[in-house]
Amino acid sequence: MRRLLFQGLVRPPLTEAKPKLDDEMKVLAARLNQAAQRRLGRSLSIREVDAGSCNGCELEIHALNNAFYDLERFGLHFVASPRHADVLLVTGPVTKNMREALERTYNATPSPKWVVAVGDCAFDGGIFAGSYAVEGGVGAVLTVDLHIKGCPPRPIDLLKGLLALMEAPTKPAVEGKTAVL
Amino acid sequence: MAALNDILANGRIVAAHRPWPRAIVDAATWQAAIMHLHQGSWTLSGLWGEPDCVHMAVCESETNQFAVLSVESPNGRFPSVGQAHPPAIRLERAITDLFGLIPEGANDTRPWLDHGRWGVRAPLGANQPGPGAAGYEFLPAEGESLHQIAVGPVHAGIIEPGHFRFTANGEAVVRLEERLGYVHKGIESLMAGADLERAAKLAGRVSGDSTVAYALAFARAVEAAAQIEAPPRAHYVRALLAELERLANHFGDVGAICNDASFSMLQAHCAVLREHVLRTADACFSHRLMRDCIVPAGVATDLQPEGIAAIRALIDKVRQTFPALVRLYENTASLQDRTVTSGILKPALAQQFGAGGYVGRASGRAFDARRALPYPPYDKLRFDVPVLAEGDVNARVWIRIREVDQSLLLIEQILAQLPDGPVRIDIPARSGEGVAMVEGFRGDILVWLRLDETGRVTHCHLRDPSWFHWPLLEAAIEGNIVADFPLCNKSFNCSYSGHDL
Repeated sequence: MRRLLFQGLVRPPLTEAKPKLDDEMKVLAARLNQAAQRRLGRSLSIREVDAGSCNGCELEIHALNNAFYDLERFGLHFVASPRHADVLLVTGPVTKNMREALERTYNATPSPKWVVAVGDCAFDGGIFAGSYAVEGGVGAVLTVDLHIKGCPPRPIDLLKGLLALMEAPTKPAVEGKTAVL
Repeated sequence: MAALNDILANGRIVAAHRPWPRAIVDAATWQAAIMHLHQGSWTLSGLWGEPDCVHMAVCESETNQFAVLSVESPNGRFPSVGQAHPPAIRLERAITDLFGLIPEGANDTRPWLDHGRWGVRAPLGANQPGPGAAGYEFLPAEGESLHQIAVGPVHAGIIEPGHFRFTANGEAVVRLEERLGYVHKGIESLMAGADLERAAKLAGRVSGDSTVAYALAFARAVEAAAQIEAPPRAHYVRALLAELERLANHFGDVGAICNDASFSMLQAHCAVLREHVLRTADACFSHRLMRDCIVPAGVATDLQPEGIAAIRALIDKVRQTFPALVRLYENTASLQDRTVTSGILKPALAQQFGAGGYVGRASGRAFDARRALPYPPYDKLRFDVPVLAEGDVNARVWIRIREVDQSLLLIEQILAQLPDGPVRIDIPARSGEGVAMVEGFRGDILVWLRLDETGRVTHCHLRDPSWFHWPLLEAAIEGNIVADFPLCNKSFNCSYSGHDL
């Protein structure tokens, strides 16, 4: 263990070891940092809710926490309770069996709050649209502020999406419009 | 001695069914089959419905022979399998919810997937408007000083939804009962009438972490039904995709299990390895999870020479870094203290439930679909199937670690033997029935389907390995402390979406 820890001290961070992606991410990080400070001080708490996804989106949301994307350096972090959240990150077409749990989670989240729908099926049900068991997208149940497309979206697209949310001049939900990335 | 052959001979063989035989049997023969399951000489691989009949897929242990048996359900009833063979109970409850068929003699008649919110009853059967099931009673646990803990469906982490009802005595779990079905999307109904392109995409979205394995199982079932064979190069590319998926998931799991024992350092390092695999997959196949890469009759994307170099570099990277992580896992006493002897699954139960993947192989059940039903190219590749008998969290970690080694060796063989030629052929529009079993990272996935004359899917059933893992988790957690549940749960890593369908 000591050797691994020592290597962690003397080796450059992985984020810099991947220059191609990281150049893009450094720009993102700088912009995100400014926006986060203006809006919410220096942090944004995210509560993830799986409302019927295939778990593909969850895998990529998990990846945001790995050393390459290291979400927390931007002041963004995942929280265990909706009571602590500013953002609900919702995946899946919203199954009828999950509708109530999603609504309860939303109601438990204090205002101001944002809803971000993640994945193609969270938009309008995607490939699952038309089934007796799904509502057909997060928008069918909650007002969605931002939609991040992809099946699943790449971690970098998720990062960009969260940035876009913070940079929006006014909260889009007030106007009843969903921004789509 | 070959009891399965006798039972098949008693029934009416369906000629269009491939590659395993399927026989339509009467109720008495169905009962005889149930006795073989009950006695343990056969393993139940699947149990699913159609509007007017019920099918079971079985494997005879002695001969390693697979078959599908079907029984008609006059008046909407069929003889219960779960009554004598518990692994069938939840599958039967799902059949009742979806098709409205009643298992006669069943002990547990509560709904399973139907939470009373679909607005219809028996959506794949009579499909009548109505509220469906209402209320749900958990099984009672009686005794002094017991208390209940209700968890979910929304959990604390970034995971799928499901409800866990613990009954505990102080710290110790006396009973765990799961309630699932929250992510039921009605995939079986969406499959009916779908063309092959759409159906393959649906299959790849049953469980996102196993998208390659599901696409492969679906493709092989279609190929069996249409009586075609994918080109040789496609077989190798498919196996490459499957082994990359296994690597990515095993790295993710080993890290996540250690994280649930509060050893986050290994999680950080394993997540980096997982990310390397996904980036390599992205570079080779233009999708990090390799979704929609496998299609019926071949693969959608061929492997380019640059891809081969990228995969070789990935193997080198894993070989350089993974052994040190394994040593760290092995030599950290505080971590071993959590994983060794936690969540023991007894081999007899693993055998009875036909547990596949690391759950079965960590409890002495040496079943691997790549070995038991050696589909190409695994019939030409050398690999070991690691098996342990301890059945604890530690054993499930070690099975994954050893399977990482095997996957690396397999990928090297695949790259060395990769034949030239096309990777996809045309599919003739032909009716038929096909079945396929494929080894995903979690265990064996079963796909059964029927095609009509235009080549469309009329019915498709996909059975996730988690159907047999979830009930075993209830058994494995008994007597453990509540705080060890996340650890045990992660070591099983069952799919909610794959199970709920």
